[in-house]
Amino acid sequence: MALYSEKVMDHFRNPRNVGVIENADGVGEVGNAKCGDIMKIYLKIENEIIVDVKFETFGCGSAIASSSMATELIKGKSIHEAMELSNKAVAEALDGLPAHKMHCSVLAEEAIKSAVKDYYDKNGIAYDKKLFPDCENCGHCHA
Amino acid sequence: MQKIYLDNAATTQMSQAAVTEMLPYLREVYGNPSSLHSPGQEAAEALQRARERIAACLGCEAREIYFTSGGSEADNQAILSVAKQGLRRGKKHIISTAFEHHAVLHTLKKLEAEGFEVELLDVHEDGIVTAAQVKEAIRPDTCLVTIMYANNEIGTVQPIREIGAVCREAGVLFHTDAVQAVGHIPVNVKEDHIDLLSLSGHKFHGPKGVGALYARRGVLLTNLIEGGAQERGKRGGTENIPGIMAMAKALEEACTHMQAHTEKLRSLQDKLIEGLGQISHSILNGHRSQRLPGNVSFCFEGIEGEAMLLLLDDKGISASSGSACTSGSLDPSHVLLALGRPHEIAHGSLRLSLSAENTEEEIDYTIRAVEETVSYLRGISPVWRDLLAGKSEFVIQ
Repeated sequence: MALYSEKVMDHFRNPRNVGVIENADGVGEVGNAKCGDIMKIYLKIENEIIVDVKFETFGCGSAIASSSMATELIKGKSIHEAMELSNKAVAEALDGLPAHKMHCSVLAEEAIKSAVKDYYDKNGIAYDKKLFPDCENCGHCHA
Repeated sequence: MQKIYLDNAATTQMSQAAVTEMLPYLREVYGNPSSLHSPGQEAAEALQRARERIAACLGCEAREIYFTSGGSEADNQAILSVAKQGLRRGKKHIISTAFEHHAVLHTLKKLEAEGFEVELLDVHEDGIVTAAQVKEAIRPDTCLVTIMYANNEIGTVQPIREIGAVCREAGVLFHTDAVQAVGHIPVNVKEDHIDLLSLSGHKFHGPKGVGALYARRGVLLTNLIEGGAQERGKRGGTENIPGIMAMAKALEEACTHMQAHTEKLRSLQDKLIEGLGQISHSILNGHRSQRLPGNVSFCFEGIEGEAMLLLLDDKGISASSGSACTSGSLDPSHVLLALGRPHEIAHGSLRLSLSAENTEEEIDYTIRAVEETVSYLRGISPVWRDLLAGKSEFVIQ
């Protein structure tokens, strides 16, 4: 289908890092089944480095591809680098997303941030709350 | 890879006979039916014959058929025409259903903004509205009842004859969007007490861009398109003769073979419903038997429809879904919501609409392909994991 780039279709058909990490150091889940997409990201963190990452997604082709690409982009990186991953970077790495699908890349960014926040919370690490904007303000659907 | 087209409710392949019928009107009989000269008159005669052929299929008179650009235009013209007459008599109440096509619903929205009161009847979990509901809803100021013959997503066939009788008795005009029904199930406007009916050529193996509005003699039409005296002055613009000729042929063919096609489709439909029903936590949308012979619509819990369509496309299967992601909006299909399906379930919908060209082998392949796709997507779905772990409750048992 010409709706998506080859890159999107590749990551949709052969998603990288699908699955679950048992006893993950950080877990983030964003989205809403009512809206048609939920992303869940699991992080394994050692010395501030993301040594493993897995995801599960309920959603459309671009949601699955965005999760897959986002996990690829942060694997092996430091949590600080992961925190800097923007939805634009995810979309660009996928050779673009249709305008009405950009929210899928936003979800991927938020899922990673949410997983990092979970890691900070679990380990009692202090952080700047402004780094984690409320989902309420993300512009995604709130049906 | 084999290609299996299961989206005939979206559009159909033109039949060879319809293409053959169309061709002479592109280069040989290309006159304008409004012209006085013989090439023009030849086209005018062909147009008249097409009108008669279509009228014969619907059980009405040729003069009651108005050619349009398709089903949406016919719906718009029918509704706006009756509303205008209603307004003149101070009747501003319109009855319809919650799961009409957008060509109807959006036209009604426009009328609502102009002060009309639109009452959308409940279609229940089985996707069927009753004549009793219509009877109860009719008021002295009701000017129009507009209810689709068969639903485009879930294929449920409405009790049109009983609804027509109720409207006729009450003296209220009755329009039906029969775009999915004409050429697929028997439709007779006289026996069904229909005052206005919309149809579209490309839904029964005719061409796109052509349709018709049946308006019973005596029902006043308002123009959507001003212009020449075409279509008894009710629709300006030179007639799409090649399209109209092909549509007439396609409809004749569809009506001639209707019984044989229905028998074949019913058996494929049974097989498909039976097969997909085996998938755990799946549910058929719409009444089991009171549906178009070629329609199968399912919801699968825990997954999203667009992803399903893309994977099925990879397997050579063309299907459709009422998922929000396929429509570009955030809300899933209004039809599935009208049945009472929760949002998260409606997102996981799949519509397969068959034609008589489909085979049993294709259906077997499709059942396997859908099973694999659903199982794969559930495998990567956090929603499904939570359901299996008992963290949330199944909606579909």
